[in-house]
Amino acid sequence: MSSAQTQSVRTGRVTRSFIYLFLLVSALFYLLPFFIMLLNSVKPLGEITGGNMMAMPEVFTLEAWKAAWSTAQVGVEPTGLRPYFWNSIKMVVPAVFISTILGALNGYVLTKWRFKYDTILFGLMLFSCFIPFQIVLIPMARILGIVGLSGSTYGLILVHVVYGVGFSTLYFRNYYAAFPTELVRAAQIDGAGFFQIFYRILLPSSGPIIVVCVIWQFTNIWNDFLFGASFASGSGAPMTVALNNLVQSSTGVKEYNVHFAGAILAALPTLLVYIVAGRYFVRGLMAGSVKG
Amino acid sequence: MSFLNINNVTKSYGSIEVLHQINVSVEEGEFLVLVGPSGCGKSTLLYMIAGLEDITSGDISINNRIVNGVHPSNRNIAMVFQSYALYPNMTVGQNITFGLEMHGVPAPEREKAMNDVAKLLQIEQLLGRKPWQLSGGQRQRVAMGRALVRNPDVFLFDEPLSNLDAKLRVNMRTEIKKLHEKLKKTIVYVTHDQIEAMTLSTRIAVMYQGYVQQLGTPKEIYDTPANLFVATFMGSPAMNILPAKVVVQDNRPHASVATSEGNTVLLPFSQANLAAWQGKDILLGIRPEAITDLDGADRKSSNIVNLQNRVDVTEPSGSDTFVTMTLADRDTIARMRADVSVAAGDVFDFAVNMDKAVVFDPETEERITEG
Repeated sequence: MSSAQTQSVRTGRVTRSFIYLFLLVSALFYLLPFFIMLLNSVKPLGEITGGNMMAMPEVFTLEAWKAAWSTAQVGVEPTGLRPYFWNSIKMVVPAVFISTILGALNGYVLTKWRFKYDTILFGLMLFSCFIPFQIVLIPMARILGIVGLSGSTYGLILVHVVYGVGFSTLYFRNYYAAFPTELVRAAQIDGAGFFQIFYRILLPSSGPIIVVCVIWQFTNIWNDFLFGASFASGSGAPMTVALNNLVQSSTGVKEYNVHFAGAILAALPTLLVYIVAGRYFVRGLMAGSVKG
Repeated sequence: MSFLNINNVTKSYGSIEVLHQINVSVEEGEFLVLVGPSGCGKSTLLYMIAGLEDITSGDISINNRIVNGVHPSNRNIAMVFQSYALYPNMTVGQNITFGLEMHGVPAPEREKAMNDVAKLLQIEQLLGRKPWQLSGGQRQRVAMGRALVRNPDVFLFDEPLSNLDAKLRVNMRTEIKKLHEKLKKTIVYVTHDQIEAMTLSTRIAVMYQGYVQQLGTPKEIYDTPANLFVATFMGSPAMNILPAKVVVQDNRPHASVATSEGNTVLLPFSQANLAAWQGKDILLGIRPEAITDLDGADRKSSNIVNLQNRVDVTEPSGSDTFVTMTLADRDTIARMRADVSVAAGDVFDFAVNMDKAVVFDPETEERITEG
């Protein structure tokens, strides 16, 4: 297990140059649009409408950012994106937390407490990873109506947990499949119960997969537009829906610089999660428990 | 009733029975080794004693209490696993005391028990380390420490030495034996290594295909194997098994065996009752160390037979020289002194110690007993 990360294929100088060239071009391809957004978000509107999108700003200003955050017209209210940002946070944090914990529990049961037809159950859970969102919109709306959660943040949390648990189960099941069952047996003999084994033995060794799962769930739920647009209304809408409303507001001139700033604001949290959590994306925590 | 009693125990997975009517009883302080090739059911039996596998029928009792259905943590057993199964997120000290913590032992007592065990196993300086910082031998000690600290009725070892390199394995084997002699605890130990079985145990259960083939002291298992499987499984190199015919000459039964030179030699049996097998085919079992050169023969034996045969291969191992010849059309290995002068192709005078020979019925593969 520990030797894998030190091995790499040796390549020749020419191959290596091509690899770097390709990586450089790819990086530019992805960074250029972001760069243009950043560039135009710090220009006054006049410079964009009257000039070149690619030009460097003549006057540097953060007015567009302030407007996007707190004063821009979103729908009918001049609130900026701020309240919707908090809506998204209130939705994403519980949804990511609950779906990750449930996925970890499912993975634990599906690998260490096997029962009859467990693989079939797992297969059925995997379906949720492949069912397109659009198919479930109407039944989901109906269910949210029945349980009295339609139009609320709690409803969105429920929807995202239900959708997220398939993927998080897949991640944890595969991770725990490689987790030595002897450790669970040793803990059983030591007298640890079902949940004690889970949070004293398995969870502390699950760092890498928790990070993977959190990054994945956070990005998906934060970026979701369809569920947000369908199941949340008005002031309860998440950031993505508010951004759309900001850009679609038809009154007055199109404030491109505000739109660019708003779009970057909407993308920042996922970027941040990746940069912060990615550092803990380390393998090899299991080394030493079992000779490998 | 003995200390650990395995009474008519069977194990089935669906309709497939993997353990058949196992009866083993272990006295307090005994070191029982379950030995057999992989798939023989020895680990399953150990897991059933531990309570990690259900018992299909029969019952297991520990210290006069039937433990069928009792949770592993309440059987007062401790287990050392093949992979050591040390909790990777805990320090050595936490690993050792985890079981006590789960059983609600107060912290000061846990501390004391941990220090006692660490001292016994000489791992005091490791208590603050994580398992990945330990060498194989150190992990092995910690795993034993985790078992010892519980002060259980029975220790269960599941192939604990098979992950160690050859030299360390021999050292740890000695340490386990020392520990047993010091603590006089009841141990059930699973291994596929017949040398571990011979050296460690006070009694051995040889298992094959879900049956206990023979249960006895190491000497009984080695000298009087119950059947052909036990005879060939225990001992390295394996016992030579030669097809032979019983011939009675001068009122004494002999084994008639073909040599490599096309002659037939008569090897007189030490067992008089084999006269009843006159004219019948038998399988003659002779351990390699019972075939030597003339000078190396056992002086205490009353039945050394001289045999001339051609040497096929010699394999000096340093401490011994193994000589392969063809007897009764089978490769037959003799174990000789290291400095014996013998070369491939020679016709050599072998000395066969027939006192040590055992005889098997070729039909049933059971040993033909004396009397």
